[in-house]
Amino acid sequence: MTTFVQMVINGLALGSVYALIALGFTVIFRAAGTMNFAQSSVMLLGGLLVARLHEALGFWGALLVAAAATALVSVLEALLLRAARKRDLASLAIMTIGFNTLLLAELSRQIGSDVLSLGDPWGSRIVEFSGITVAQTRVASLAVAGVLIAAFFLAFRFTRWGLAMRASALDVEAAALMGIRRRRLELSGWAIAGGLAAVAIAFLAAFPSQGLDQTTGEVALAAFPAAIIGGLGNPAGALVGSLLIGVTEAAAATYQNDLSLLGSGLSLIAPYVVMVAVLLVRPQGLLGTRETSRV
Amino acid sequence: MSEIALVRPRRRVRSRAASVALGAGALVLLALPIYLPGFWLGVGLFSMSAALGAMGLNLLMGTAGQLSLGHAFFVAVGAYGYAWFAGHSGRQGTVDLSGLGLPPVLALMAAVVLAGLAGVLFSPISGRMRGLYLAVATLALVYIGHHVLLNARSVTGGFNGRQVPEMELFGFTFSNHHPDTLLVLGVPFGRLERLWYLGLVLVGLGWWLARNILRGRPGRGLAALRDNELAASVMGVPAARYRAAAFTVSSMYAGAAGAFLGLVYERIVPDSFGIMVSINFIAMIVIGGLGSVGGAVAGAVFVSALPLVLGHYAGSLPLVVPAGMEESGISPVEASNYLYGIAILAILVFAPGGLAGLVRRRSPKVPTQEER
Repeated sequence: MTTFVQMVINGLALGSVYALIALGFTVIFRAAGTMNFAQSSVMLLGGLLVARLHEALGFWGALLVAAAATALVSVLEALLLRAARKRDLASLAIMTIGFNTLLLAELSRQIGSDVLSLGDPWGSRIVEFSGITVAQTRVASLAVAGVLIAAFFLAFRFTRWGLAMRASALDVEAAALMGIRRRRLELSGWAIAGGLAAVAIAFLAAFPSQGLDQTTGEVALAAFPAAIIGGLGNPAGALVGSLLIGVTEAAAATYQNDLSLLGSGLSLIAPYVVMVAVLLVRPQGLLGTRETSRV
Repeated sequence: MSEIALVRPRRRVRSRAASVALGAGALVLLALPIYLPGFWLGVGLFSMSAALGAMGLNLLMGTAGQLSLGHAFFVAVGAYGYAWFAGHSGRQGTVDLSGLGLPPVLALMAAVVLAGLAGVLFSPISGRMRGLYLAVATLALVYIGHHVLLNARSVTGGFNGRQVPEMELFGFTFSNHHPDTLLVLGVPFGRLERLWYLGLVLVGLGWWLARNILRGRPGRGLAALRDNELAASVMGVPAARYRAAAFTVSSMYAGAAGAFLGLVYERIVPDSFGIMVSINFIAMIVIGGLGSVGGAVAGAVFVSALPLVLGHYAGSLPLVVPAGMEESGISPVEASNYLYGIAILAILVFAPGGLAGLVRRRSPKVPTQEER
């Protein structure tokens, strides 16, 4: 039973970090109508900045600077995408892949084969209560991600920005006629996604993982299934999908001895297996709406 | 682009100059193994394998408008499929391998069919999904596939991979023996030279098939689907079936590319079929020009040759240093990644037609959209 509770807590913590990334995908999808395949390298940039700056600025200061920088890079990417001649979905997505290739080449040159510490204040300490042991980083990530996610949903529901975002997703032209500045809205979406990515990687590189290396950004790929499972462009769906994936991954890692028939390293592919299963039943995602077109 | 599907294109009559150029090009390709040293033959072979895969992905992405990140998976199915069909059961290193021991030619065909079957199995998803959804769904194939390659040891050999049996045709092997010495104009023809011709045949066949698919009914139907699904459905194009079919055909191309790649590598390991392979294929067809068969081949040559050539000449290039050196500088792979990244962005910003579009713009003979 304690194993199970620990597994669920770890899974939710992981899921909440995925949710930060998946929410980023969601706002970008809403704003720009594309999937940002460069999210993983933008994340990695955030991690690298925290690693380089934490000695001078402290962890939180470095994280703040890194989040601002990733938001800026994300906006630069959006501006680059605006320059595309063809603005269909595939071309934009491929541009983000190109941007990713470029940024990743530079980052992996910078990082090399190093494993960098981000200097987070929790280290490898663990929390114990009534027989359940959980890493402090997990609790911290649940708290921080929880606050950020709650803030996001409140903003989405109650602020003018959120209203503009929802209106523009419903009907771009009508929203523009009501005076919503689509360009600014779009850039704000990219900036938020970039900032959230930096926070996410700070927790992904923390204990129990060894630190930041070239491949840490690839974890962002696991958030793609999360965003798709919930239904692309739906923030609540992204949250549900992320938690589902986080818990599945934790379960696969916890019970891998019982699942050894399926091979080792099952937790790495758990998100994808869940996604394929969900998509077979509901191609539009759990909370997505089926596309209909009127003739 | 959107008019292409609906307007009957002007019948293209190949001019005499074009025919001469085509013939001369074919002759040069046939004669190259006599002159090229081993390194360049290797570059050529990797380019041919990439060209096969790129032509397939181009059918799917360029014509059907479906974004797939799963191409590496089907390449792996082709490569391992060939190794399994043609290989013999027995111990290799520490692993007991199984194999059917089929004649290699049959195994090659079976590998292509197997990749196609894998594509068919994925059709409940590939037929119903579009664009970005499909891109992420196919991402699953690469990761789950990699997991299977690592764990299904008796078929794949696990982490250390498995040896790929030589190709053989009526007693003639595409390797360094049987016949042990083969002199053509005084040049010994070994494995690389022999595989060169096999590659040319495969690429030629693939090109011919792709051109015919694109120009015939299926190509028109797919382009119509890409441009406007509703309009295409009303005109009687079965959307789900066509999408699934495009996915299957593109997987078969990838399977052929994989089987040939396996022959070139001689030994295949799971890590050669990662997500970067899929991304490279996308880079190829974007750089070459979406929707153009010739462009896909050109892009394939560019993307697969670039890192090899940069690595070969690393010593004499500024900034680039050979791999594994401690000096500060850019490794060949990194340098080529910078170049692809920039090439993809630059092409989508300045020349969405890719290399093929640039060539088309230069030659005045083909009427442009506006002139039609």
